[in-house]
Amino acid sequence: MTYLFSHWRLIGVLTLQHLGLVCAALAIALAIALPLGIFAARVPRASALLLGLLGALYAVPSLALLAVFVRYFGLGAAPVIVVLAIYAQFILVRNIAAALRAVPRAQLDAARGIGMSSRQQFWRVELPLASPVMIGGLRLATVALIAIATLGGYVGAGGLGNEIFFGLQRRYLEQTLAGSIPAALLAIAADAAFRALERAATRRTAG
Amino acid sequence: MVARYPRADRNAVDGVSFAIPAGSFSVLLGPSGCGKSTLLRTVNRLVAPASGAVTVGGQDVASIEPTALRRATGYVIQAVGLFAHMTVAQNIAVVPELLHWDRGRIAGRTDELLELVGLDPERYRSRFPRELSGGEQQRVGVARAIAAEPQVLLMDEPFGAVDAIARRSLQDEMLRIVRILQTTVLFVTHDVEEALRLADRIAVMRDGKLVQYATPEEMLRAPASPYIAQLFAVNADVRRYESLRNALAAAP
Repeated sequence: MTYLFSHWRLIGVLTLQHLGLVCAALAIALAIALPLGIFAARVPRASALLLGLLGALYAVPSLALLAVFVRYFGLGAAPVIVVLAIYAQFILVRNIAAALRAVPRAQLDAARGIGMSSRQQFWRVELPLASPVMIGGLRLATVALIAIATLGGYVGAGGLGNEIFFGLQRRYLEQTLAGSIPAALLAIAADAAFRALERAATRRTAG
Repeated sequence: MVARYPRADRNAVDGVSFAIPAGSFSVLLGPSGCGKSTLLRTVNRLVAPASGAVTVGGQDVASIEPTALRRATGYVIQAVGLFAHMTVAQNIAVVPELLHWDRGRIAGRTDELLELVGLDPERYRSRFPRELSGGEQQRVGVARAIAAEPQVLLMDEPFGAVDAIARRSLQDEMLRIVRILQTTVLFVTHDVEEALRLADRIAVMRDGKLVQYATPEEMLRAPASPYIAQLFAVNADVRRYESLRNALAAAP
């Protein structure tokens, strides 16, 4: 543990970098997954096909996917963010679609019958009521991405993967742990934070 | 007027034509699947007629923008559909907010409506729907529907899901509220008893067709068909049986 304590400043920077990779990827992933999820919820027939496709992408080993994108984007953060965003699609789209489909019919009927436009129905009623399940999906995706983002160490994207990668290369276990332990703690913290959000949202929307 | 659902093999509403007097309380009565709800939903354009037209105050509803029409038309459904993430006050304020009323006016109107439907504003304003009983929820549902003083109030089996005692008191409240508001009410039910209690006029429907539209007295005195005579006769037997049973239960 002496390595971790003597390099705490470096580990701090790498942790922030790690978070940066994950947050950037999540932002991009959500921007894509939200419309896809809405589409999958509205068109059940297309949703099986779409989820099958995303499931196939999800099944590709992340390291292999990373290798493919390094070919196109070169080394650095870009290929990692792309891989993370792709990897998150399956989890996010499936959850967003399920969340929207689970919104009680009566409240949607009322929203429409009362004179809300489709857009108002979505933003004022559907999305808030779907939020607990959606946050659950976001939690799963975040935890998965924090783990996968360690691959960034292999391609010079920075993050906690750096310590794991170099530690393995030098057969220096302490350095490896200095990357893996903070990454694990980060995942646990993110999980707890999203669980709290999820609970709060559930309390607010329970019928 | 004719209405038909996609892929249906027959018309849900089949050649119905009648005029409802402004300010009256009309009940659409009939068994489930007779087209009464579909007919109701053509009034606020939730269903579009296949042919024919619905006019309100002389204006064809098809010429009114759907959201504007619905904001000017109250709508209460059996499942209530209060928004779970909003307080009672926020639920009631939905339509006034869609109409961009100012805050003060909305707050005042919300309290006034809660009083009107028999709920103390102090106690109920900031509660959430899940904290209310079924009957209380539907009172809020009614308040939400009449918040912006609609000319027409559409009610689709609004009291079908509440227990008998709460239903009775909701019916009484409804009569009182309607007398105050002087709104035209269209009320769907399959319950003959409820229809007789509430209606100025009853429209009996069967298989998508209008069998008779008349006051309850006329309908009882001169039923237009054996079907109607039977509908009310059976009900009279039920009423006699119930009063007999109540009398027995009350006897020492």
